[in-house]
Amino acid sequence: MATARIFVTLKKGILDPQGKAVEHALQGLGIDAVKGVRVGKLISLTFEDVSETEARRLSDEACEKLLANPVIEDYEVELLQAVE
Amino acid sequence: MKFGVVVFPGSNCDHDCFYALKTACHQDVRFIWHKDHNLGDVDAVILPGGFSYGDYLRTGAVARFSPVMDAVVDFANHGGIVVGICNGFQILCETGLLPGALMRNKDLRFVCKFCHLRVENFDTVFSNQCLQGKVLNIPVAHAEGLYYATDDVLAELNKQNGVLFRYCDKDGTLSDDSNPNGSLQNIAGIMNREGNVMGMMPHPDRCFEKLLTSSDGVSIFNSMVQNGGIN
Repeated sequence: MATARIFVTLKKGILDPQGKAVEHALQGLGIDAVKGVRVGKLISLTFEDVSETEARRLSDEACEKLLANPVIEDYEVELLQAVE
Repeated sequence: MKFGVVVFPGSNCDHDCFYALKTACHQDVRFIWHKDHNLGDVDAVILPGGFSYGDYLRTGAVARFSPVMDAVVDFANHGGIVVGICNGFQILCETGLLPGALMRNKDLRFVCKFCHLRVENFDTVFSNQCLQGKVLNIPVAHAEGLYYATDDVLAELNKQNGVLFRYCDKDGTLSDDSNPNGSLQNIAGIMNREGNVMGMMPHPDRCFEKLLTSSDGVSIFNSMVQNGGIN
């Protein structure tokens, strides 16, 4: 069994108003060393009976077809191998 | 003219579109269920507003994979008239029938109010009955209506006169104050290069008789009817 953790974020350069709002809130809390916040999504996919290579390939396919919108979003796939 | 209004799970302006086309424009209208694989005998298809599939993942992202969408894409690619209103516009962008994307409103709020719209191109299937110099008054109701596209896409859209409507003040002047959601270049509605697919965030289906404050939406529906009559 393998789990793919998929991070979807707005592309660099695209205004992220949620990130801005959180950044202002953090500054209000005194955590003002933070310079820049981006808010994104974490999507977790669980695979059974597929190789790591196949899980990665399917994750990429899922991102390109559905999970991310390439016009505005980037994605990263992180593959975790479950302990048997 | 025969209109088909697609009903997705979560559509909530399907009946508004049906009623507007039926009572204000006196056209033949029918509903098309999202699981249907063909559109039937229609001249134009409307993707209505609402929250298809609960807006899960991204607005319109799941609806684009509804069985009916293959038929809608095929219909559009063969020159059929397709209109997406609000959530329908989001679905058309996700499907790739229109360029760009609709993002979360700049101020992160759901905005529900009347907006003034400047018609940018009168020589289209969707705007030929709008009066030159008349600013339209049509309501918006959305949380994800910020139109975004890359500079290249925007340049191309402008070059081909593909921007149909821009948010403006009551005199027709573009300003940040009149832009309800932070859309780039105040864009409220666009059409494809071929001129048969149009998407807009404002709701012409919510202003088609005086009782609804404005009847400006009728000019958009009647433009299609007029065009259908010519053909």
